[in-house]
Amino acid sequence: MTTPVTEVIPKQSSATLTDAKHTLRNSLKHAVLLPAAFLFLLPFIWMLSTSLKSDAQLFTYPPVWIPNPVQFSNYPNAVNYIPFFLYLKNTLTITVFSVIGATISCSLVAYSLARIQWPGRKLLTLLTIATLMLPYQVTLIPVFLIFKRLGMVGDLRPLILPQFFGVAYYIFLLRQFFATIPMELSEAAYVDGANEFRIYWAIILPLAKPALATIAVFQFIASWRDYLGPLIYLNDQKLYTLSLGLQQYSGQYGREWGLLMAASVLFTLPVIIIFFFTQKTFVQGVTLSGIKG
Amino acid sequence: MTASSQIEAAPPRSPRWSRKSRRNTFWGILFASPWLIGLALFWVGPIIASFYYSFTEFNAIKTPVFIGLTNYVDMFTKDDLFWTGVYNTLYFAVVSIPLAIITAFGLALLLNAKIRGQTFYRTVYYLPVLVPEVALALVWIYLFNPATGLINVPFDWLGIRGPCWNACPQWAKPTMVLLALWIIGNQVVLYLAGLQDVPQELNDAASVDGANAFHRFLNVTLPIMTPVIFFHLVTSVIGAFQFFTIPFIMTGGTGAPANSLMFYSILLYKNAFAYFKMGYASAMAWLMFVVILGITLVIFASARRWVYYGGVDLS
Repeated sequence: MTTPVTEVIPKQSSATLTDAKHTLRNSLKHAVLLPAAFLFLLPFIWMLSTSLKSDAQLFTYPPVWIPNPVQFSNYPNAVNYIPFFLYLKNTLTITVFSVIGATISCSLVAYSLARIQWPGRKLLTLLTIATLMLPYQVTLIPVFLIFKRLGMVGDLRPLILPQFFGVAYYIFLLRQFFATIPMELSEAAYVDGANEFRIYWAIILPLAKPALATIAVFQFIASWRDYLGPLIYLNDQKLYTLSLGLQQYSGQYGREWGLLMAASVLFTLPVIIIFFFTQKTFVQGVTLSGIKG
Repeated sequence: MTASSQIEAAPPRSPRWSRKSRRNTFWGILFASPWLIGLALFWVGPIIASFYYSFTEFNAIKTPVFIGLTNYVDMFTKDDLFWTGVYNTLYFAVVSIPLAIITAFGLALLLNAKIRGQTFYRTVYYLPVLVPEVALALVWIYLFNPATGLINVPFDWLGIRGPCWNACPQWAKPTMVLLALWIIGNQVVLYLAGLQDVPQELNDAASVDGANAFHRFLNVTLPIMTPVIFFHLVTSVIGAFQFFTIPFIMTGGTGAPANSLMFYSILLYKNAFAYFKMGYASAMAWLMFVVILGITLVIFASARRWVYYGGVDLS
């Protein structure tokens, strides 16, 4: 308030100058970011637009952006062209059980690695990280043969059971999170006579809800979109997942693009919705895996 | 109860093996047991089995027959498709990884300043990562149709004929490289997070010393970001060798046209699950593992020269 006016004026003018420079620079940035955003959105826009087109408009050139007329009949037709709801049920079965399995097993293992002082935990942590570096192709064949010997090839179990035995990436994520919870909390509970399971269940899990939600979402999306797993393990069409079902939209004259794009929209939408609701934890999960790795 | 009281009665073997550490070991192993079983069943066992299979002829039904190094020798001397797969995969890795680093880092740099709509942009750039690859690959087939695909429109504006994209051998791999750039949302998020760690004081200090934006980027931002670039580089080498679903769907599993999209991972899958040459496929998997490991070790060894660990907490 007591600052002399003469000093304020030059500051203001220089501020407006840098403001102008700032605005110009930001506009230039938007000039790159906005077209890039358009390109990243293009597959969705095109999926959606194609799903609302009549057959006559599918292969007009140049292509039509906004369908005229907009017709929704591709959607009911798409779910009838293949046994969509059966495939949805199969996909959901795999997804839900995988999420349950991964959440339980990974939180237990992460608790062991982060919260219990036992001789093998450093080595086990190292091994856990090492498995992340191994290309899946190395274990693919023997694991397939194990399930074949167990008589499980052809049903959904090979796509669910492994998650009950821990997923390295999620164990690592949870370990990082559990390690940030102050040890004093556990020690106080010890003094009160709680055992490790009680501490895990009553103290750590409630505090780790956001991290658990993150890995649940990661596993949901991973199972939902998995293609190679169902491709290898499922041979009975009754047990197909949506990712396999999408390839069945081909008729006499090649692919039924209108139906296929409608089905793709239905297949993609749940993932996008989940992402929008969990975006914050999602981004934290991605970041945690990279930076602290 | 009796057993534990007996042990208690015995003199402690070492102070480390106290009652508390015994209890910890018990609980530690108990909590880790799902993963200890999983690790043995789905990782250690299979790794050993796969290594053994790679020296056998094995069709998944009869018992494997040991044939020494034959699979490896055949790979190098008799299988032309193997070399095609190696070439295609290396081409993809060498061209797409630097492009992905530049694009993801570039977008993150533009997003980093307190720019309006930062969350919107970040979300949009991330979305293709979420789309099931099957759906993405199918949309791309439609978009990149050489005759009627939307992709030809900008070329029409310029009055030139667009390339034949994934329909002809000379354009198929560049098309894949281009498509792979769509799915870099994870990396954009990582670079963006890394950029938030660049201390503003350093930039300010450099500004006071008269460094312009380019010099500040070169001498402040870039060194601090090298660990993120390093992480991206290492993970994308593995990723490039595992690039499977998108080319598999887009070529109907054939690697067409003229095997120009026959990537190593597709060939391996075909050998294992279409021709049931499990021994040969295992040998391919092990060779791939060794090559990835080799490249990764080279990158790690080079890290000392270019990765700057001063500014980032590597806990």
